[in-house]
Amino acid sequence: MISQHLPALQVVIPLLTAPVCLLFNNARVAWILSLVASSVALVIAALLLQQVLTVGILTYEIGGWAAPWGIEYRIDPVNAFVLLIVAAIGTVVMSFAPRSVASEIPEQQIALFYAAYLLCLAGLLGIAATGDAFNLFVFLEISSLSSYVLISLGRDRRALTAAFQYLIMGTIGATFILIGVGLLYMMTGTLNMADLAKRLPLVADTRTVAAALAFLTVGISLKLALFPLHLWLPNAYAFAPSVVTAFIAATGTKVAVYMLLRFLFTVFGATLSFEAVLLPTILLPLSLVAVFSASIVAIFQDNIKRMLAYSSVAQIGYMILGLSFVSVTGLTACILHLFNHALMKGGLFLALGCVVYQLGSADISKFAGLGRRMPWTFAAIVVGGLSLIGVPLTVGFISKWYLVLAALESGQWWVAVLVLIGSLLAVVYMWRIVEVAFFQPAPRQGSQRREAPLSLLLPTWVLIGANIFFGINTDLTVGVAQRAAVWLLGGAS
Amino acid sequence: MAWLGLYNYWVVIFLMMAGFYAVITRGNLVKKIVGLNLFQTSVFILYISMSKVQGGTAPIVDNEFAIYSNPLPHVLILTAIVVGVATTALGLALVVRIRESYGTVEEDEIHHLDKSF
Repeated sequence: MISQHLPALQVVIPLLTAPVCLLFNNARVAWILSLVASSVALVIAALLLQQVLTVGILTYEIGGWAAPWGIEYRIDPVNAFVLLIVAAIGTVVMSFAPRSVASEIPEQQIALFYAAYLLCLAGLLGIAATGDAFNLFVFLEISSLSSYVLISLGRDRRALTAAFQYLIMGTIGATFILIGVGLLYMMTGTLNMADLAKRLPLVADTRTVAAALAFLTVGISLKLALFPLHLWLPNAYAFAPSVVTAFIAATGTKVAVYMLLRFLFTVFGATLSFEAVLLPTILLPLSLVAVFSASIVAIFQDNIKRMLAYSSVAQIGYMILGLSFVSVTGLTACILHLFNHALMKGGLFLALGCVVYQLGSADISKFAGLGRRMPWTFAAIVVGGLSLIGVPLTVGFISKWYLVLAALESGQWWVAVLVLIGSLLAVVYMWRIVEVAFFQPAPRQGSQRREAPLSLLLPTWVLIGANIFFGINTDLTVGVAQRAAVWLLGGAS
Repeated sequence: MAWLGLYNYWVVIFLMMAGFYAVITRGNLVKKIVGLNLFQTSVFILYISMSKVQGGTAPIVDNEFAIYSNPLPHVLILTAIVVGVATTALGLALVVRIRESYGTVEEDEIHHLDKSF
């Protein structure tokens, strides 16, 4: 009975818990509610993924209105996977939250923080679950507006300007998406994605559809911070509270990548958009530039949160690179990296959250000698860094491996070489942390710095452990990613 | 004179570009928000224009009329207007907070105060 309503419950539970948090207006109650809502979302996402893998696509008609007219939720292998990662990160981040939030956000704002977090979670899950183009825009705005609020809660006053900058760029991106959806509606008279996919080929050669594709691609690229539209990201990640950075870095851009996949492959269909408009010639070079420019900028950052933010821009480059090959292996690499990068960046930003909790800052100058004072935290950073670089036995290796395979498969061996060189740049910026933390003597004052409390370390190590677990045991991730890739390309033809 | 028939769309493009221009060039954060608002408003007109059916009336079922305008874009854009209002409110709230902590709403002065913008 209830299993039939899972696709809707996935989104509705966090959405309705948010106002309840506000009504109680108590930090502890709000936290418990958020943790429960996130875990329930995780359980639902796991059930959905399992159902999709055994039964096939699930559809749910909101309010009982039939599909092309009413809003339809459509769960297939691709978004079931995205739902799982978003809900999983949400749950882990929430178990990390109470101590870190209490130290970074004023007491009277904590309930508000949890309410905004739940709205953001609901928005992100909604984007992934919905099969309706306009509904996607609404959820996008729910998640964006709440993430602007979350970012502005940072202690540094620069969090405010970062949130403002993100608001401006995010709104422009969302409005572009709105224009794109409007143009599609103009040509086809439908907003349902599956229906759009059927009707678009009939009007494929019109300029309106080409314009819609352009608006959607640019709008979503703004949201996923594809070079050169990434300017909002570094400040937003650097000045947001640690918990928010970990959550948004691990989920926000991933869901945007999913949106791009959804529109390019399901709605437009690979043949239409790629052969007609030649996206590979635009997205492929841009993604490579993203990898190199962002990695090089990352090397010169002194604020480690900011450094990892630039590294995120580079990693997004890898995802888009995989996407731009338009092959099963390429898409597998893209979806795998989407999942894996959420694990590594989630873990790394949580580890940094531990550092900020103890030090009050993420500046590299304060890291001297910390490797011995906070061994578990820095071990987590090292493992996360190795994963980021793509060392075997970590998840980073798996996705890089598929990326290189896809490059070789498409006959562009030089892309494979560039991917490897890009990984070396990651070695350079991760090495800077290791060098300062382990090989520099600790300053004499401040010697009372100790290891972060267990309640912070445990969630961090859950994510870092997942990096190693899924690096060795690849059946689940690769299997699902491959099925999703085949489904995306097959559903498109 | 086919391009005259697209009058609404010319208005949309003009408003959109004017708003976008204001967002990019104005240093005053409030003016940026106003530009952003203009930019969003142009999209509302785009949606409303596309729902117009020639000779159609308001979509209220009546025996006298056979052709109705398409009500769906109106409904969609009501949602988008709400989103726009929320964005503006949040943007202005942020401007208030920025003004409280920096004492100014001019982008270059904020940039001068700390190099984050």
